[in-house]
Amino acid sequence: MTAALVADRVEVVFDQFRALKGVSVAVQPGESFGLVGESGSGKSTLLRAIAGLAPVASGSITVNGKPLGRRRDKAFYRQVQMVFQDPYGSLHPRQTVDRLLQEPLAIHGIGDSEVRIRRALEEVGLGSGFRFRYSHQLSGGQRQRVAIARALILEPSILLLDEPTSALDASVQAEVLNLLEQVRRDRKLTYLMVSHDLAVINHMCERLMVMQNGVAVEQLAAADLVSHNVAQDYTKRLLKASEGFVRAG
Amino acid sequence: MSVDKNLLEVENLKVRFPTRTGVIEAVRGVSFSLGRERLGIVGESGSGKSQTGRAIMGLTDPRAEVTADRLEFDGIDLRSLPARERRALRGKRVAMILQDPKYSLDPVISIGRQIVETLRTHEKVSRAEARERALDMLAAVQIRDPKRVFDLYPHEVSGGMGQRAMIAMMLVAGPELLIADEPTSALDVTVQLDVLAILDRLVADRGMGLIFISHDLRLVSSFCDRVVVMYAGKVVEQLPASELANAQHPYTQGLLDCMPKIGADRHPLPVLARKAEWAA
Repeated sequence: MTAALVADRVEVVFDQFRALKGVSVAVQPGESFGLVGESGSGKSTLLRAIAGLAPVASGSITVNGKPLGRRRDKAFYRQVQMVFQDPYGSLHPRQTVDRLLQEPLAIHGIGDSEVRIRRALEEVGLGSGFRFRYSHQLSGGQRQRVAIARALILEPSILLLDEPTSALDASVQAEVLNLLEQVRRDRKLTYLMVSHDLAVINHMCERLMVMQNGVAVEQLAAADLVSHNVAQDYTKRLLKASEGFVRAG
Repeated sequence: MSVDKNLLEVENLKVRFPTRTGVIEAVRGVSFSLGRERLGIVGESGSGKSQTGRAIMGLTDPRAEVTADRLEFDGIDLRSLPARERRALRGKRVAMILQDPKYSLDPVISIGRQIVETLRTHEKVSRAEARERALDMLAAVQIRDPKRVFDLYPHEVSGGMGQRAMIAMMLVAGPELLIADEPTSALDVTVQLDVLAILDRLVADRGMGLIFISHDLRLVSSFCDRVVVMYAGKVVEQLPASELANAQHPYTQGLLDCMPKIGADRHPLPVLARKAEWAA
């Protein structure tokens, strides 16, 4: 079985700064894989490097067995779509939901947009009543649903999720996580998901990689988090921090 | 001040924002009292938790309308206090820590000078002494090299360091009441705990009252003595933090329940079914 997504010793350099120092990861088809780490660990940079949004200095990225070149072609974006962290920043403020969802279809020359848009909105739990609204007329959770609909409308096989719920309230986070699980099950999607929240990754992913300062610290199965079967000190610290504040003494 | 008297009394606090499309009631009759303890105010966005903190601090937008049956700090009626005296109180006896040091520190003034400014606004101290006390305060928030950090600008330090600097600035004048509005939400989890530990120790050592405003129910319950849960501008439940597991209100229960937990295999996650009567 060929892996859905392979990153092999990927390096990303911004001017003099090495944001990613040779990170490798392989995600199997249908798997949900998590990337955890603190700010500056390079977890989002890895996602952006795969999506073609960060300059890859060396190393290779392979999607569904096909190595990627310097530029991503249209076919790539039919397979791989991304959902960003900030639902306030990732939707065009002067486009209606309808127009936002039209855009990827127009770029890829796909017809029957009417049907597809209606179906996409239904799938993410927004009725057609939302279709002609602007993003400022939506709540954070609704916006993130639109962003997910936009990613799904091209029927990709891989979704890159960059902190999809960290800007949302806890109750809304639960709804969006449930939605993501639902569509993954329905469409047999592969997820590569970034989060700083270990509990979210533990809930959503089967395997995960812990990152720090642009390097992979360790790879774990979600069950290892539950049983605290972790080798690296940094992971232990993250685990401890996720349990909340403990008063000294 | 007598021992049994509360530091802060809030009764039926309301904050209203008149807008073109009608009045928005951000806070709708909040009551609580605070001694020298750690009180957590928890709620989701729009619950009015931050507006409650701001109203106590006297930092509500001037267009808004703040009313209360009682709003007293150490026996001083804050409702009728002239702006001048309120200013003297603010920063000196009541201080506030904001969420993101990137936005709440002045970007063009060095960290040390910002701390000195707070001190010299409220106390008659010489330049040299103010500097000395600012350095001590930076050391107290566990900044390793206070002399170096004193001359740095906010953009030159990390988020955790910036937040420590803000705590130093707020505590240097020795306030009795500290309001912390999401003080660690912009920080990484491991840094978050360091900052909380510093805050915890300083609050305990100085016998301050603390209002800790946050959206994170779990964090608040592990840090505070008592928790006030807000929903749609109202207090739906008040309880000791240790009793959180036995919360009565369905909103509190739902909020606790909907968070993913390591080891709890629940698919799908329970979602919060909001009921109209909670907001009534």
